[in-house]
Amino acid sequence: MNNSNIVGTSVPRLEGRDKISGKARYVDDMELPDMMYGATVRSKIARGKIKRINFGSDIHWQEFVIVGPSDIPGKNCIALIDDDQPCLADGVVNHPEEPLLLLAHPDRHLLPKAVEAISVEYDSLPAIHKIEESETLAQVIWGADNTFKTYLIEKGDVEAVWQTADYIVEGEYTTGAQEQLYIENNGMIAQFDAEKGITVWGSLQCPYYIHKALMKLCGLPADKVRVVQMETGGAFGGKEEYPSMIAAHAALLAMKSGKPVKIIYDRMEDMAATTKRHPSRTRHRTAVTKNGRILGGEIEFTIDGGAYKTLSPVVLSRGAIHAGGAYYWPSVRIRAKAVATNMPPHGAFRGFGAPQSLFALERHMDRIAEVVGISAVEIRRRNFLKTGQTTTTEQVIREEIDLDKLLDRALELSGYHVKREKFAAENRHNRGRKGIGIAAFLHGAGFTGSGERHLGSSVAIEGCADGRVRILVSSTEFGQGTKTVLCQIVAETLGLRYEDVEIAQADTQEVPNSGPTVASRTVMVVGKLVQSAASGIRETLKASGKIGDSYSAEDFRKACRAQVQEHGKFLSIAKYEQPDEVVWDEEKYRGSAYAAFAWAVYVAEVTVDPVTYGVSVDDFVALQEVGKVLHPALAEGQIIGGVVQGIGFALYEKVVWKSGRMQNGQMTNYIIPTSADLPSIRVHFEELGNVHGAYGAKGIGELPMDGPAPAVVNAIVDAVGVPFNSVPLMPEDIFDSLQQRAASASLLGSSQSAPLAREKR
Amino acid sequence: MRAQPAEYELVVPGSLPAVLALLAESPGQWLPIAGGTDVMVQYSAGNLPARKLVSIWNLPELRRIDNLADEIQIGAGCTYTDIRESEVIHREFALLSTAAGWTGGIANQNRGTIGGNIVNGSPAADSLPALLVYEAELLLVSKRGERRVPYSSFHTDYRKTQLAADELIRTICLKKRFSEYYAHTRKVGARNAQAISKVCLAALGRLSNRVIEDVVLAMASVAAVPLRLRKTELLLRGKRIDRPLTNLARTTAAAEVQPIDDIRSTARYRAAVAGNLVAEFLEQLRANEKAK
Amino acid sequence: MSESSPPSARCEVSFTVNGQATTLQVYAMERLLDVLRHELSLTGTKEGCGEGECGSCSVLMDGTLVNSCLIPVLQANGASIVTIEGLTAKSEAQELQQAFLECGAAQCGICTPGMILAAFHLLSKKPQPSVEDIRERLAGNLCRCTGYMQIVEAVAKVARCGAAR
Repeated sequence: MNNSNIVGTSVPRLEGRDKISGKARYVDDMELPDMMYGATVRSKIARGKIKRINFGSDIHWQEFVIVGPSDIPGKNCIALIDDDQPCLADGVVNHPEEPLLLLAHPDRHLLPKAVEAISVEYDSLPAIHKIEESETLAQVIWGADNTFKTYLIEKGDVEAVWQTADYIVEGEYTTGAQEQLYIENNGMIAQFDAEKGITVWGSLQCPYYIHKALMKLCGLPADKVRVVQMETGGAFGGKEEYPSMIAAHAALLAMKSGKPVKIIYDRMEDMAATTKRHPSRTRHRTAVTKNGRILGGEIEFTIDGGAYKTLSPVVLSRGAIHAGGAYYWPSVRIRAKAVATNMPPHGAFRGFGAPQSLFALERHMDRIAEVVGISAVEIRRRNFLKTGQTTTTEQVIREEIDLDKLLDRALELSGYHVKREKFAAENRHNRGRKGIGIAAFLHGAGFTGSGERHLGSSVAIEGCADGRVRILVSSTEFGQGTKTVLCQIVAETLGLRYEDVEIAQADTQEVPNSGPTVASRTVMVVGKLVQSAASGIRETLKASGKIGDSYSAEDFRKACRAQVQEHGKFLSIAKYEQPDEVVWDEEKYRGSAYAAFAWAVYVAEVTVDPVTYGVSVDDFVALQEVGKVLHPALAEGQIIGGVVQGIGFALYEKVVWKSGRMQNGQMTNYIIPTSADLPSIRVHFEELGNVHGAYGAKGIGELPMDGPAPAVVNAIVDAVGVPFNSVPLMPEDIFDSLQQRAASASLLGSSQSAPLAREKR
Repeated sequence: MRAQPAEYELVVPGSLPAVLALLAESPGQWLPIAGGTDVMVQYSAGNLPARKLVSIWNLPELRRIDNLADEIQIGAGCTYTDIRESEVIHREFALLSTAAGWTGGIANQNRGTIGGNIVNGSPAADSLPALLVYEAELLLVSKRGERRVPYSSFHTDYRKTQLAADELIRTICLKKRFSEYYAHTRKVGARNAQAISKVCLAALGRLSNRVIEDVVLAMASVAAVPLRLRKTELLLRGKRIDRPLTNLARTTAAAEVQPIDDIRSTARYRAAVAGNLVAEFLEQLRANEKAK
Repeated sequence: MSESSPPSARCEVSFTVNGQATTLQVYAMERLLDVLRHELSLTGTKEGCGEGECGSCSVLMDGTLVNSCLIPVLQANGASIVTIEGLTAKSEAQELQQAFLECGAAQCGICTPGMILAAFHLLSKKPQPSVEDIRERLAGNLCRCTGYMQIVEAVAKVARCGAAR
């Protein structure tokens, strides 16, 4: 069997032709006969009891289908980890934009006015919008104490380290909300049939999440709910859990009206009402030797989950586990909590907690370096995890990773040392202050701990009548290359041509549950299963004598055709089995958190403009070790795209809140970089095979989100010498800090700023 | 899309006299729409109060550029692309050329018009500081006739102008008196393209042996209307450029502007940056003379 | 809220779309984007923002790149419109589309039709753009997936091939 090197080359994107010709079909491109349009009536206040709902007299309400909580056949909830989030608020609202009622009408133009014509009278209650407000418990808005979840990770003996430390370095770091801003807004079409049940088509990442939610909401059995993914125009986590809500809404309207119903959000609604990255606050207290070695520390990691639990416990988990980063902590205590506020629930966004805790850590490492009096490079070298050492959860690093070497390579690629010297000299003369900053980090691929075992993912491959094979998975394509890479894997495994493999549309009626398309797990976990299932197809054909140990692609196709002709379509199924070495203690939160880590060192070069206080990123090196790179162009595209989102997180993307409602919910006012704002992002890979992934691949989708913010902010701090500990970092913030520094300098009569740490001795 | 198209009327009279006749017949009833890059955004958001619109897009009388002996006349219906592609504007009134390239992306530059930019009256509009420093005059036209007004007094308050209910801007007139001046402009936005300005400076200066013979300064986004910095100009005229003067100009400009806190930025940032922009201009003015 | 005005009547609008003459009865203030997508089933042109910021709705109108979400259909009367379907059918942007495929310039694909229209328009005005030119002239088309680099690469590739000929 002859492999033509499909894996490892940049084959054409499977659905690429349709995308470049305008033929790709997204949910809003589809219309069904007799279809109506739906819209959502939402809360205008953050918290309160609903007293009365008034329907304005100008509207011909009899033409509209109106759905309220009482129309829900099953349970009024969007089932996820908990059932606490209502599908429609019933008597009580807990965040602005919370859905109250649903309307449908055949003429979509009549909906906005109808929505506006519904006015709600509330008994307002005091609302909370910040982590600190939630913590005071002046208002308890969820459970007994506003706390969705806590984790405690403990390793070694934290109490002992304070005694022997030469320095104790403290710091507090915060990150703001970030909007996923997929260019295609959320949308769903639902249809109900008494016999077939509910079918929904939409823009989504996880068909089976929606399937589960609709079963509970509609009170329908599994075979009466069908979820079909359409071409999806970007997701980044923003379509992981939220689509269950909009699907639920469309389904209810479809059930009540007996007609298909399409709901498509416009940009303003999508921005204001749907999930965002969890805002976070991390507090570090670290015991360090005079050589800069970390002895141990306490990390307090807190995220703002918004009004309902949704996925906050999982975001918290990942953020907490990543809080110690790529370093060796002999002792550590990580206290993590997710708290409730009266904001629209925050949700999944690429990185999923890790960008938040890693921002804090990588800023903190630079801070430690400054206190100890060594360089940002040295502090990292002296603390990097090595093969054989354990992470904060006591996972043994088994692979042959050499972070020192990775750092060296990144420094060389970026010209770090030469530039640092050059900038120091230039900054004395030039007005633009230049700086260069580093972030070193890791990202665990796949679900945490026993998560993959609980998912119990299943894939199937089908032998088809035309001799090709067809992949059946619930893993979805939304730009990251799922379809392409899974087909590459199967083609390579079976010795077929890339064109001999196809992949079914993600339709819960057709495909098994291979788990959600999240957590950078698709290539690594699902890819491995798909590889396994492919082998099963080959075994079937071998067993029937139609092919031997060695065969050509043509032989295979012939054999497959014959098999189908004789016996009908045949399937090979593969189900996930946890590798023995992945052992995890859910109680103590200890053990092998992830089957594989990807590692990275990013270097950012910036100029801070003295006239505008604006920051331009002039060069960016993204070096990562990601196992085997299965498709170079796709991998590079993922890294560049993620880096740009990370730069946005650091410098451009600020959600302006007022009483829990996003004020800048338009593309004019929520700023992402344009093509004119970015340098070339220089992407490089190291490859260290991963035994758990298909062809040695690890996950890469989220990794690039973790590094840019700290690298960029470290560079800014290098440039202007003022510590910045929050993102987004806007020119206005830089200006304010420089003002303060100038003011306190003149007060103190010197250029000394306040000390950064308490020195122990 | 939050508007109901059935509730709106749009007419396309097709000629300037026809449009003016309609405006005269029912003053204040018809909202003129040229390229629509402002009006249609409001419309889509469900925020357009007007229900009747009259198209003035591509009217030949308004979409022309005339190069006269002593002035250039730019039709109010000229798009930003028309302005960018005009060699004579680029040569004689470079600040306007540059500003036209800042406004939105290419697609919006192909539709947005200079007249629309003025009448929309946003103090953040990119072209307006350039028009102020070039001391533009506007030809306003109605069925009643024509009048010529200095642009400097055209904006009366936030999004309010001197335009009468039956009038349109026909032409923007720029006198060719600035070839001896050093021209400088800089826009500060949230990103390098497609950004509403936080502060924007247009400046002209004439230096002779380090003495500022004349200086003209105007800014966007620092007041309710595009602002001419006359106090700062007064401070500078006739003086010799040196570091103390530049710093004084910085603080004077920072104090002269009246910015606010809004969704994009803060008042204190805008004031400081306004001062910095003026200082930067003076440094470049000086450097430019040195280089000659 | 003002008192409701009597609904206006539909009017006749004629234009050419992708070379085909079309006459429709529509409301004058329908957005050109909606007319293309709903009346003419040309769903290749997308809505990303409804405010002229993202460029997903880009089409050519009389050879000029415009955001169709900002054009009242009556203003398109008598115009010649080209959408992604038209470019594809006439193979006019074939090289560009092929370059997009080869360079990985389309990920989720939602910005791609608008991006191709913008790039096509750019190359028609400036057959040999510099990388700066490309970055500047595509700045009105937002992409959230790619970080732009592979898109710029695709356009530059076509520009270079154009130069070679």
